[in-house]
Amino acid sequence: MANIVPFFTIIPLFTAFAISLLGRIFKNAFIHTLSIVSQFILLVLSLLSSVLLHRFVDGKILVYKIGGWIPPFGICMVLDGLSSFMLVTVNLLAFFVAIYSLNYMNKYTDKPKFFTLFFLMLTGMNGVIVTGDLFNLYVFLEIASIAGYALVAFGTEAEELEASFKYAVMGSVASAFIFIGIAFLYGFVSTLNMADMARILGTKTNQWVLPFVSALFFMGFGLKAALVPFHAWLPDAHPSAPASISAMLSGVLIKALGIYALARILFNIFGILPVYSKILMFLGALSMLVAVVLALSQWDLKRLLAYHSISQIGYIALGIGLGTPLGILGGLYHLFNHSIFKSLLFLNSGAIDYAINSRDLKDMSGLRERMPITYHTNLIASMSIAGIPPFNGFFSKLIIIIACIQSGYITYAIAAVVGSLLTLASFMKVQKFAFLGELKEKYRDAKEVPLAMQLSMVVLSIICITGGLLLLPSLRYFLDNAVNVLLDGSNYANRVLETALK
Amino acid sequence: MTLYILCFILFCVGLYGVLRKRNLVKIIIGLGIIEYSMNLFFVLLGYRLQGRAPIDAQHQDILNMVDPLPQAVVLTSIVIGLGITALVISIAIRIYEKYGTFDITKIRRLKG
Repeated sequence: MANIVPFFTIIPLFTAFAISLLGRIFKNAFIHTLSIVSQFILLVLSLLSSVLLHRFVDGKILVYKIGGWIPPFGICMVLDGLSSFMLVTVNLLAFFVAIYSLNYMNKYTDKPKFFTLFFLMLTGMNGVIVTGDLFNLYVFLEIASIAGYALVAFGTEAEELEASFKYAVMGSVASAFIFIGIAFLYGFVSTLNMADMARILGTKTNQWVLPFVSALFFMGFGLKAALVPFHAWLPDAHPSAPASISAMLSGVLIKALGIYALARILFNIFGILPVYSKILMFLGALSMLVAVVLALSQWDLKRLLAYHSISQIGYIALGIGLGTPLGILGGLYHLFNHSIFKSLLFLNSGAIDYAINSRDLKDMSGLRERMPITYHTNLIASMSIAGIPPFNGFFSKLIIIIACIQSGYITYAIAAVVGSLLTLASFMKVQKFAFLGELKEKYRDAKEVPLAMQLSMVVLSIICITGGLLLLPSLRYFLDNAVNVLLDGSNYANRVLETALK
Repeated sequence: MTLYILCFILFCVGLYGVLRKRNLVKIIIGLGIIEYSMNLFFVLLGYRLQGRAPIDAQHQDILNMVDPLPQAVVLTSIVIGLGITALVISIAIRIYEKYGTFDITKIRRLKG
């Protein structure tokens, strides 16, 4: 049963190398089939693992020992509720982005290289999620980041190169901070296994190294997650990438590399202390407000969306930082919802770019008539992100706000409501300038995008509408298992070590 | 202790290069220096005075063994650093082709 865990990294890694080796020889059809098939297998595997984990596994945790070595000595891979939640989110999105890219990437020249980098990034993200070893986490984080730097520069235009350079330099400095943090932690506990680390930290009475290490991790992972004081690279990097990659970067990369890794370390290794959760909540509330104000004045469609990514990451950090069951539920649920609607919005912007070759809101108008599917899916996604009732964004924001009030943080609750209203305002601006109004003469012959792009946009918008169903009692386990892992705190160590020794 | 302080100074030199220099190539050199200092730091953590390599030979008692794990870890980290440096340098070359300069104050078509 535990043998399915390594396949989440093996399949994309294998696909990446197969495409880079054979892509030159075979036609595009081969690349398309290979990437869709392997992405589909990943999606099925992640959904299956989520269901199996809930139904058939005692303790809801699977540990795979690489090479048969017992955890403190060898690297292990851990699949628990939180990992399987993140895996479903990442692979669900990657599947639709891969479908979208089949047509969209015709704008660019080199499809084999694109899919190679895409799958390498996926390897990195899946690896970060399933790994149970802190240094291994760093390695996978670097794989995903390096593929991300290269994908941002994929168009090799002047702006894209500039953004990629900025992103690469800041990302490398962040990685250096993470690495030094890991080094200090290793010097203190003499192990790199996450579960063993948590166990040894629990036995030490004087944890003088933790404040310093957690400051380094806040800087490092905070920069990867683009929380506000560390956000400067995101509004340049995400709009510059091809739209499908913007969707992946904004949708899942900042969450898998930033929020997930930070939450895993703070909650499961350090055992959450009130100080950390206060810092996390403060950073979250700050990002929520600052970024949404900056977003209001943007006229570049993708740049506006990128600022909203920072703001929505703030909601997630606030929810998880609360540390109460309801708060974590809201944070993780918003993580899932945000990955769906934000990537849908980026795919919409890519569709507009594909049809009329422009990203400037002042330049476009009245596209509703020419691109009905893009218009309707964009409307759904806009209402989701703004938190209009029947859509998924409403429920997660509501849970976060209720959780804030419940734990007595009224200021943060008000900040969340204000952020939500400003989000609504800026998306009304997008609707008004992009889709409503007079159709301009030069866009008279703008065409709706090809079928594969339409398909992935429509399916994602259906998930936006039905996302609220995840709160139903029969489907709640998907979220609840993830929440329980974080609530368990340092008990993670015992569960992993016990399962591994079985 | 002196070694750790020197290592920290090396890190600060690298950070200074990344933050203050205007030339793209010098920024990349700064990144390289940061990587060296962090690798050095991790190796230093596993070192002990008069230590020897942890190689298990027959009929030999190994008394003062240095910690082998940081060395294995740093080996991986050096390879990652190589990958990043190669990528960043190739991006810098393409930037020079587009802008005709390595000066970051002149490379600013992106607003904000």
